[in-house]
Amino acid sequence: MRVVLAEDLFLLRDGLVRMLEAFDFEILAAVESGPELSRALAELEPDVAIVDVRLPPSHTDEGLQCALAARRARPGLPVLVLSQHVEQLYARELLADGTGGVGYLLKDRVFDAAQFVDAVRRVAGGGTAMDPQVIQQLLSRKARDEPLGRLTPRELEVMELMAQGRSNAAIAERLVVTERAIAKHTSNIFAKLGLPVSDDDNRRVLAVLAYLDRG
Amino acid sequence: MNATRAREGLTAGVRGLAVGSSALTTSIVLFVLAVVSIAVIPLGVGVFTTPSALLKVRAHADTRRKLAQKWSGVRIGSAYRPIPCRPGPLEEVRRCAALLRDPATWHDLRWLLVDMTAGGVLALLPATLLAYLGYGWVLALGVWRPIADAGGDWFLFIHITSQGSAFAAAALGTAMFVLGLFVNPALLRAHFRLVGAVLAPSREAELAQRVDRLTETRHDAVDTSAAELRRIERDLHDGAQARLVAMGMNLGTIEALVETDPAQAKKLLAMARASSAEALTELRDLVRGIHPPVLAERGLADAIKALALRLPVPTEVSVDLPERARAEAPVESAAYFAVSEVLTNAVKHAAADSIWVDLSYAAGALRVSVGDNGRGGATSGAGGGLSGVERRLGTFDGVLAVSSPAGGPTLVTLEIPCALS
Repeated sequence: MRVVLAEDLFLLRDGLVRMLEAFDFEILAAVESGPELSRALAELEPDVAIVDVRLPPSHTDEGLQCALAARRARPGLPVLVLSQHVEQLYARELLADGTGGVGYLLKDRVFDAAQFVDAVRRVAGGGTAMDPQVIQQLLSRKARDEPLGRLTPRELEVMELMAQGRSNAAIAERLVVTERAIAKHTSNIFAKLGLPVSDDDNRRVLAVLAYLDRG
Repeated sequence: MNATRAREGLTAGVRGLAVGSSALTTSIVLFVLAVVSIAVIPLGVGVFTTPSALLKVRAHADTRRKLAQKWSGVRIGSAYRPIPCRPGPLEEVRRCAALLRDPATWHDLRWLLVDMTAGGVLALLPATLLAYLGYGWVLALGVWRPIADAGGDWFLFIHITSQGSAFAAAALGTAMFVLGLFVNPALLRAHFRLVGAVLAPSREAELAQRVDRLTETRHDAVDTSAAELRRIERDLHDGAQARLVAMGMNLGTIEALVETDPAQAKKLLAMARASSAEALTELRDLVRGIHPPVLAERGLADAIKALALRLPVPTEVSVDLPERARAEAPVESAAYFAVSEVLTNAVKHAAADSIWVDLSYAAGALRVSVGDNGRGGATSGAGGGLSGVERRLGTFDGVLAVSSPAGGPTLVTLEIPCALS
């Protein structure tokens, strides 16, 4: 899998390169600024881009803007955004075009290499990987409202993992139950939320997020 | 002439009449009262009557200032010195002395003199112009006869002696009325300008007032930033720093254990990783409290939008700012934290189910309004959370206005003069 990486901190960039290479990713470019990133994304056609929100030269949200621009130029380009902090505002912008292949994670999620690589693969495959913090903010805000309030605690748990972009199999493994149990939970959740059932992992996550987004 | 002009002319006439009558009654009474009070100070009685008389004069002047602003858009500054209110047997004497030493007091008295003469006449002029209409037609409809019998009278420059001259008077009265409709707003404004010229504080007084205000806000700024630094120091010391120490200790133990007891070492490694994650969370919260990352990255509008997304109450944000325009970082930061505080208050106390935030820039000032449909009753008075916000905005010459009648709704507006880039 071919990766373009943008991160201005040398240590983190170097660490990410080593880690991804250890998991058999091919690093096409590891850049440290916005303009370099734009050029690399336009020329190299990676399978996935891993991008830091804040990049030189402006040190504002240059990385996010480059990623969004690249996705406009090449719809569906998988982008995983890393950030020192997570904001729903940015998560919404990434999800705005309604297509998959986006992720938004806290930088410290790379501490857990296996989970991080899993997220990169999910995004590259057209799925989503939202940081648990984003999901929790959304859930805590909406949990008071109907009809989320009607979900059982277990269903909320499942929904949280589902909204992060995990498959039923992954959720089952995480919660140590069978996949069939999870399938039952998800169909209950969809029924309670009034969402049409779909087998498409990506679409169901977006449906959940879109629902949560509706305020 | 359109209807609006006509209405303005008529309104100005009525307002002029109100101002003029107050000038010819209240101003005269207050002037006499004040002068007599001051004159009997040597007898001792004056010491007790003067303060209250002078304070009434101030109230009278302040009313006129308000009317000037409201009716003609004329801003008249005021620079009264604060009145001492230390309790004690000498209180009245102190108050009296302070009032007499204040140059603004003498400006007030000078204004009363002008107001009961030129100012009053100027204020009554609009109503007079309008009144000629009625007077002229009353003459033309028959009242000219007794007047002519009594030897005639002058209607401006027309000598009333016959029906013909009475009709001429009616025509002239109509002309005066129409003229009045045109010039009345200007005449009323002229009156308020005159008030401004006499009543406005001298440049020194205004500067002195400004220096006082700057000194006060600088004290506040120094205090707040010192408190802020202490909080940051404490948070770092008790939080992230302590966790990093614990992590270092764990790592040291792991180093010693890694060969003899790998299972235990692994457990400690997990703890160390958890500590590092917690330290990061704490640092992240701390950074958000100093200067929120979205604010640094996107500016005020998006930072407020991000803030609204985190609130438990549905909050609508509308922004009317030039695209990508940024104020200076300290101003943005002050506005952000002020809005954040106001929103927190609304969520905590207002029991509102919808909140809106309006962000705009006009006439060299950034303006943010925060409204909710809650129960109201918020005040900006001393001790409240809003007074802290007010003080912090003061550092930037910003102001805060609160409208929150019991039963709601609450509207908090803050304004900070600044330039956008």
